[in-house]
Parts: sequence; structure tokens; C-alpha cells
Amino acid sequence: MILRRLQYEMAGHAGLALIRFQDWQKARSRNKGKGKGKPSLFGPPLECLGKLKEMMSLHYLQGRYADGAVPVAWVTSGFPVEILRPLGFHTLYPENHAAMCGALRLVPQLSDSAEQEGYSRDLCSYARTDFGCGLLHTTPVGRLPKPDLLACSNNICQTVLYWYKALAAHYNVPLVLIDTPFVYGEAKPHHVQYVRTQLEELVSVAERVSGRRMNYDELSAIMVRSREGSRLWGECLAKAKAKPAPWTGIDGFFHMGPIVALRGSEECNAYYRMLRDELQDRVNRGIGGILNEKHRLLWDNLPMWFATREISTLLAERGFSFACTSYTNAWAEAAGKISPADPIGSAAHACMHIILNQDLCNRLGILTRLARDYSCDGAVLHSDRSCKPYSVGQIDLKERLTKEMGLKVLLLESDHNDPRSWASEPGANRLSAFMESFA
Amino acid sequence: MSVVALGIDVGSTTCKAVAVDGQGCILARRLEPANPRIEQQAERILQELRAETGSAPPVGATGYGRKRVAASRVLTEITCHARGAFALTHRPGVLVDIGGQDTKVIQIGGNGEVLDFTMNDKCAAGTGRFLETILARLAVPLSEAAEYASRASHPILVSSTCTVFAESEVISMVAAGEPLEGIVKGLHTALASRVSSLTRARAGGEIFMSGGVALNAAMVVALSESLGKPVLVMPDAQFVGAIGAALYAMA
Repeated sequence: MILRRLQYEMAGHAGLALIRFQDWQKARSRNKGKGKGKPSLFGPPLECLGKLKEMMSLHYLQGRYADGAVPVAWVTSGFPVEILRPLGFHTLYPENHAAMCGALRLVPQLSDSAEQEGYSRDLCSYARTDFGCGLLHTTPVGRLPKPDLLACSNNICQTVLYWYKALAAHYNVPLVLIDTPFVYGEAKPHHVQYVRTQLEELVSVAERVSGRRMNYDELSAIMVRSREGSRLWGECLAKAKAKPAPWTGIDGFFHMGPIVALRGSEECNAYYRMLRDELQDRVNRGIGGILNEKHRLLWDNLPMWFATREISTLLAERGFSFACTSYTNAWAEAAGKISPADPIGSAAHACMHIILNQDLCNRLGILTRLARDYSCDGAVLHSDRSCKPYSVGQIDLKERLTKEMGLKVLLLESDHNDPRSWASEPGANRLSAFMESFA
Repeated sequence: MSVVALGIDVGSTTCKAVAVDGQGCILARRLEPANPRIEQQAERILQELRAETGSAPPVGATGYGRKRVAASRVLTEITCHARGAFALTHRPGVLVDIGGQDTKVIQIGGNGEVLDFTMNDKCAAGTGRFLETILARLAVPLSEAAEYASRASHPILVSSTCTVFAESEVISMVAAGEPLEGIVKGLHTALASRVSSLTRARAGGEIFMSGGVALNAAMVVALSESLGKPVLVMPDAQFVGAIGAALYAMA
């Protein structure tokens, strides 16, 4: 235990130097014999990108040594993770890890192994990716720590419940489910109370698993940091209201790592302060995420992690880019709900009011506000085969955005993680036709 | 009238090309089954049109193989079909283009612009290939399909979820002694229902039809019945995209 803890702490310090060295090595090898390619369509890369990579790599590097050293929880993206932090949990987000596998195009192989085990291809591709990693004992981050606790909330979808039940059976560890009633308009007080009671039960389970007692002062301090992190993330996104937008919505997808996986930590907030300042500097100097911004679009739903480059290049060639996305915005929405004075109650409130746990009118309101605030003249609604809760209602949303806001709207069918659900040629053709319709 | 532009629509099933005057009227045309060697086929067809009309005007290219054609304007089928249809009708409406590989439903505005469009997604069941595949299985020539359908007293219900499933379903029907005419009519009804589900939300305007399937009179009737309104078949239905491409090349 002591040795394991030492390794975990060392990974947090020495690991940093190792990652920097690896990056330097990779950069060197990439530059060797490199010829001159096409001129870039994009603005210069953000300088913070190195820091982001460092932080996320470090998080996963530390994770390799976490089990046995500190309590480990695997959590869903909409879970009020702040509650686990004072108890010393190292948290792992299987969705975040799966997205990484998606961006690296590892999913077909991982999904195949999950499918061979009997999981349907109709199941969410994040879940299939996660099962595939477990079955093949493989991960691009070296090793994932085994969980001591599984923490899941159905505020993002029902699939996570069955996904985490399968994990609980596999790892033989406790599973906590936070069941969030669907919100129409504003949450009813008895609904909030129902979630609050579950979060109080979570505290006692997490205390038992971690062997520590909850320090409510520390929890309040973490809630303050979490609220600040969410606010800072919102500020970063809002910089794209400038013309040209200093970064694109696709850049935003890759910068979500800290607000998802490291929310509530000071390093997360420090990172977003740095990013915000860099984006402001780009605004001041008129540097755009793409070089020739003519049309600004809104993206709805998760990204297609395996095709972000393909899509952003196709768009940038004609001066189109995503100025905002409802998905990245979701992590900026929580800021106002969190209150350090009532950490448990406000966490209940915050986790009920995320985009996927609210009615379609609310989603329309968010999309309308984003399109207006970010001066969008069109929207791409990604109909995501793997995320039904996010995709249902998009035909109505399309109609309303077209009629009420005069936006041009494209419904694009694909999947967030499985490239086998993306027909590249017809898909690119639809995007091209969509862009031509702006002429 | 002299040739002002050439337009070529390299589709999945056929390759269409036209030489047009300033109003988009066809002065010469070519239509061939698509060849996988797109560059050679397109270049040869364009050369033939140049030789026939004695001119070398600018070229507009569209269709899935458009990027492999040496052309001054290269645009998607959606944009070109809208432009071509508007040149033929001079009015807004909804164009249903059923081709070999895809089906497009395009809402065309008062200036010939694309207001909105929908396409069948990742599936052959809403396309000309659906009819082509299953009729071949029934040994009914495509050119006689309309006649078969018109002889049927009523359509026999065929599912339109998947071409492959429908094919095996139809084989079972034949084996069970169902009349061929009824099955052929059922196929048209199935395809029409699939296409009209793409169209219905936009069916406020007049409905135009283009693409190779528009030449099949039974399909026009089936679509009209399914939508509950008349369907106007474009003149030169297979050349609408090529005309649009030529018109863009003029600009």
C-alpha cells in the first residue's frame, strides 16, 4: 500500500518530465525529413495545447498507479463528481477514455471484441469501446486503474445504468446510481429532494469504500472551485463570439478534458484561465481558428471523434467553421446552479439540469441562444446513432431553427465513436451541398 | 443557337452530359452506363459533345464522380438539380430525384435556390437500385415494369426496410404463387412510401420528379398516390443535374 502510494505520487511528479521528454522526442521525429505540405487552413495551434496534453497524460499516467494507492471511482460524465473528491478518490471517466480511443480510431477493433462477447452493435459505441478495452486488456494510456466504486447517474442516458451494472458484475464492486427525474421546465422541489437523498446515501457508501469521513468544509471549497471552473470554461467558449472566432467548436471538444475529468481541482481552473487569456489575446490580434472565416455554424450533439479533422478541413476549405457547440456548452451551464452553502442540495439541482435531462423546449432555447449569441447563420445537428437521448427531437429542432431563426440546418447521421456508422463519401457530399446552399 | 456550356453528371448508375445554350436548352446530349474509369469516360463524352457542337465551352461537373472530371465548376448534385429544375420550371417547388444510388428531396425557393434538402441515408431501399435489384430477380425488364404494375388489380404488400430483405420476401411470394403483377405494383408502392416519407414534411409546394426512375410511369403514379397530389415529371428527367451543372459553368 505504501509502495503503491509512493508510485502514485511519483507518477504525478516524475511523470510530467517523462511526458515532456516523450513529446520532445515525437516532435523531433516528426520534423525529420518533413517536406512542405499544403498551406494550412487553420490559425496557429493554441499554445496551451501542450499544457492540456501534459495535464491529461499526467492524469492517466497517475491513474496507472492509483488502484491500491488511493480509492478509485469510475464515473459517468454527468455525475456530481465533486462529492467524491474530499474522500480522496482518483476518478476515471470511461466516456472520456472512450473518446480518446475514438479519436485514435481504435473503436472498430475494440467494438468487435465486445460484440463477440454478445454486446449488440446497437449499444452505445462508448460502452462498446469500454467493454472492448476491458476484454482485450488494452488501452492507449497504458493501464486503467481498477475501480473500487462505480458511480453513475442516468441524467445523461439510461444506457449508463446497464453499462455500469455490467462493470459492477465484472469488477465485483459497489455501484451507486443517482436516478434523476426528467425535468420539464424547472425541477420540482420533491424531485430535487429525491436526488438529494440519493446523494446523501452516496456519501455514506463512498465513505465506507474510501475509509474516510466526509469533510464538508473541503466539499464546499471544491464546490467553489467547480463553480469557478465551469464559469471559466464558459468564458473560454464565449471568446468565440468574436469575429473571427479565435478557436473552433472542434478545438473546444478537445479542450473539454479538464472540465470533465478534473473538475473541482485548482489545476483545471488554472488551465482555463490560461486558455481564456490566450484566446483573448488571439481576439485582440484578430487571429481566427480558421484563416478565412465566412460562415459560422452551430454544432449539436457529441462530436464524431474519429472524423473531427476530416469535417473541420472540409468546412474550412470553404470558410465555414463551428463557432459553438451545444455539447461543450453543457459544461458551462452548471456554474449558476452550484452553491457552496448547500453542496449536496445544489449538486442535486445541478445534475438534474443538464441538457440531456431536460425537455425539448429547453434544448431549443439553448440552441436558439447559442446561434444568436455566436452569430451563427447555420447549424449542423449530428443525429448520433449511439446517443439517442441527444438525437431524439432533432427533426423538430431543425424545423424550429429554420422557421423561427432563418438558419440553414443540416441533419447529419453518424455516430460519436464508431467510424463504421459514418459513410464518409455521402456524408461529405451532404456537408458540401449544405455549404453550397449558403451561396 | 450556339453552345454556351457543357454539363456532366457522373452518377453511380449512369453518366449524363449535355451541351446547352444560354437558356439551358439541350443542344446535344449523351447518356451511358457509368464506367468505374470515370476520368476516361467523362473526357471521352465531353470530347464527343465538343466535336458534335463544334465548340469548346466551359464545363460544369456534378454527381458522385464530379471531382474526377476536368471542369471549371464542380458542385454537388443537390445544387445542380435545383438549378436545372428551376431552369425547366421557372417556379419554386419540391424536386424528388430518384437515382440509382440515392434519392434526393430538394426544396427549391423562388429564385431557384436550395432552401432545404433530405437524402436517403446509408441504404438502398429508397433508391432506384431497390427496383432494379428486385425486378432483375423476378426477370421483369425495367422497361416493362410499369406495364406489369398497371395490370395488377391491387398491390401485394412488400416491406421497404431493406432491399436484401425485400428480395427474399419477394422470392417467397413468387414461390407461394402470388401474381407477378401484384408483386411489381407492391414494389412500386413500397418505394413510393419510402420516398414520400422523405418528402412529406416539405410537400407544401408543387412536386417535381427527376432521375432515371421518373421515366417509370408506374413509379410516378405510386408516388403521386402516396403523396396525395400530382407529380410533375421533368422533361429530360435524367439530365436535370447535368443541365444545372452547365448553367453554373456559364456564370
